[in-house]
Amino acid sequence: MQRPIVELSDVSISFAGVKALEGVDFSCHAGTTHGILGENGAGKSTLIKIISGVLKPDYGTIALNGKTVSVSGPAEAADAGIVCMFQELSLIPDLSVADNISLQRPPRRLGLIDKRAQIVRAEKLLSRVRCEDVDPRAMVRDLSLSRRQMIEVAKALGRDPKVLILDEATSALTQRDVETIYGLLDELRDDGVCSLFISHRMHEIDALCDRLSVFRNGHHVETFAKGERSDAEIVRLMIGRDVTAKFPPKPAPRERAPVVQLDDLRWQDRLKGISLTLGRGEILGIGGLDGQGQKELLLALFGVLKGVGGTVTVGENSGLPPSPHAAKTGRNRIALIPEDRKTEGLMLSLSIADNIIAAALDKVSSGAVIDRARLDAAVQDGMDRLRIKAGSTEDAVKTLSGGNQQKVVLAKWLMIAPDVILMNDPTRGIDVGTKQEIFRMMRALADEGKSILFYSSDYAELIGCSDRVIVLYDGQVVSELTGDAITEEAIVAASLNMQGEMA
Amino acid sequence: MTRWIGQNRGFAAALALFLALYLSYHLIHPRGFSTAVLVQNSNELVAIGFVAMAQTVPVLLGGLDLSVGAIMTLAACVASWLLDGSPVQIALGMIATLAVGAGFGLINGLIVVYGRLQPIIATLATGAIAIGLALLIRPNPGGTVDGDLNWALTNSIYDFAETYGIANGGEAAWLQPFINIPVPLILLFGTACLVWLPFKRTVTGRTIYAVGSAEGAAFASGLPIDRARIAAFTLAGFFAACGGLYLAIQTSTGNADVVQAGAYTLNSIAAVVLGGTALLGGTGGVIASILGAMILRAVSFYFRILDIDPLLQPLIEGIVLLAAVSAVAFRTFRVKNQLELFR
Repeated sequence: MQRPIVELSDVSISFAGVKALEGVDFSCHAGTTHGILGENGAGKSTLIKIISGVLKPDYGTIALNGKTVSVSGPAEAADAGIVCMFQELSLIPDLSVADNISLQRPPRRLGLIDKRAQIVRAEKLLSRVRCEDVDPRAMVRDLSLSRRQMIEVAKALGRDPKVLILDEATSALTQRDVETIYGLLDELRDDGVCSLFISHRMHEIDALCDRLSVFRNGHHVETFAKGERSDAEIVRLMIGRDVTAKFPPKPAPRERAPVVQLDDLRWQDRLKGISLTLGRGEILGIGGLDGQGQKELLLALFGVLKGVGGTVTVGENSGLPPSPHAAKTGRNRIALIPEDRKTEGLMLSLSIADNIIAAALDKVSSGAVIDRARLDAAVQDGMDRLRIKAGSTEDAVKTLSGGNQQKVVLAKWLMIAPDVILMNDPTRGIDVGTKQEIFRMMRALADEGKSILFYSSDYAELIGCSDRVIVLYDGQVVSELTGDAITEEAIVAASLNMQGEMA
Repeated sequence: MTRWIGQNRGFAAALALFLALYLSYHLIHPRGFSTAVLVQNSNELVAIGFVAMAQTVPVLLGGLDLSVGAIMTLAACVASWLLDGSPVQIALGMIATLAVGAGFGLINGLIVVYGRLQPIIATLATGAIAIGLALLIRPNPGGTVDGDLNWALTNSIYDFAETYGIANGGEAAWLQPFINIPVPLILLFGTACLVWLPFKRTVTGRTIYAVGSAEGAAFASGLPIDRARIAAFTLAGFFAACGGLYLAIQTSTGNADVVQAGAYTLNSIAAVVLGGTALLGGTGGVIASILGAMILRAVSFYFRILDIDPLLQPLIEGIVLLAAVSAVAFRTFRVKNQLELFR
């Protein structure tokens, strides 16, 4: 085999005494798509941050094309042809799409950035990622998450990568965009580019990668060619134990007392007359392609949107809550597990305890004064209930892995004892083990009589968890599926609004 | 055009507000729409305009520079020693004055980047140092500034040409369409166009916006963050020194006035906000802040023509400023998704 393009020898790094990577040897070769597998906290993100120059290893060496280098920052890594698409997007919201795509090395004339050449370049790259509909002059902040992710792809392509790192690059994408990326990765492989691909979606890794490396607890467990190991073996390597039933069993479908009733809900051009009923103790899944109004529907119910039309009944109350505060303190308490836990779900630099109690401070205070003993008890209760793994409740939330962070978000909202729980893609970027815990938790909550409205971009989750699934298309409900009728084929067909086949 | 307004709502609102204020001022003024009034108003605008420009650059990064007023004062005191003698001496004096300001800004930048201090606290300290230096070189107000220079730069183009005998002493035919434009306005906008607009189109300039908008993303994209920070504070020092230089020429003296320096710093922040630049960084620009300074000044002009008790001036100015800032911030009423308020 030819010389590896990137080679790490005996690399170790630790944060605040905790080893994130220990004695890792890792190499990848030009012209391959190399999948990296492992649960959250296994060290995948740390690995790519070292390769892309964001982090410096405490120990060990990195060699590019056989030459030992010391990459001192993202700029140097980019010069060496290492381009990384981070899980946290690296786009600047207040600059235009064209500015962002040519952020590092803009085309220049007389030493100044040539805006016109920049737009031409952006248009070319956008059409390569099949995003011709995006205006290069638009501000990135005005685009949806999935569009931004594709801009990120275009930006990465524009830098002529020799090593392209995709960290959860497909987590917020629509099916069409995912296929575009598949196509691009094939092209790049033929051009001799090495792609490092990190994903929690097994079928993507299966479809794309020709070599796989498994990480566990900061160690590189094994690297092998695709097909050498079965899925079950890979999963065992990742978590070190067998995984049995992925989803908890569902109860038989039955009539339920309605808790939330929506009739003809409208908001701007995103919601176009949505009617639905959510019963007591029911998990209602919302499906459909990304950006069909699912997020707006949840935000409207939580009182975030203004100027929503239509009639709404929640419990005995009619009308929508005017603000999230009203939603959480009303007679029927509503909780929203937000889409982006890092900005809307958590206060990252505050402690775990502060985050868990943030929505329910009134429950542990007498008058205006917080009762320390009750607070500690409540926090401990939340930690136990969600089985959050942390050294101390006083640690900052940002020190936790993604899965444990999401558990903190859940613990925070369970603290208010909600009647209705709205979930906006709660398993995005979370490891398999935590996902399963969340699914079990959801079913347990439903059995207690809570009503759950659950949006997921992963159809398998909808099928595995929901009592009923509605599919949105262009701000309308196009299909409602119950019991055995909830199949991947049915959801996909409805998502693409293939009416003929549905009927 | 529609897109431009959509992406620059704050600027468009500020422009509308200024035009409304200033046009009605001229309508009420007994000698409204005359060159004399325009020249006088422009002269009062220049110093605060430059200081507002100076403040804008660190604000775009997401920081505040509390030393801009002090750097302006220091520059004015330096200039009051150097702006006399032969034309060459005067030119060198101007360059030296601007270099002092830029140098001071550079030190600010180095302290913020390598000392890893919050800009607001670092510049609070360096601002006090600047005032201290100004007091050392000008313990009492005074100094001499070339009289021709004072006259030429504080009047209209015609007077400028006449003073220095260019374009037939201002009588040349090609100059006629411009003779009524005040020189101070040209200095202010000329500096903005010749320094800021090209700078904005460099990688360093764009990095300033990127850092203010999303610092983590700017770092992950491998942008020169430290260089941008240092450049931003240096540029702030340079603009502040432009203001000080003009102030010295305008008043023909240097005066290490502590109170005035503080007032200029605070007004510069008000001007930046009025122009629609976000205090959190990332959006806005220097030209918008000049507009903000123009609004601030337009409000104070009213006190001259309306018969208002001078003791009430701060009170009324405060109320008008509050109203103006609210008007510029009116977007919050139109936001339909309340989460967007926090972005």
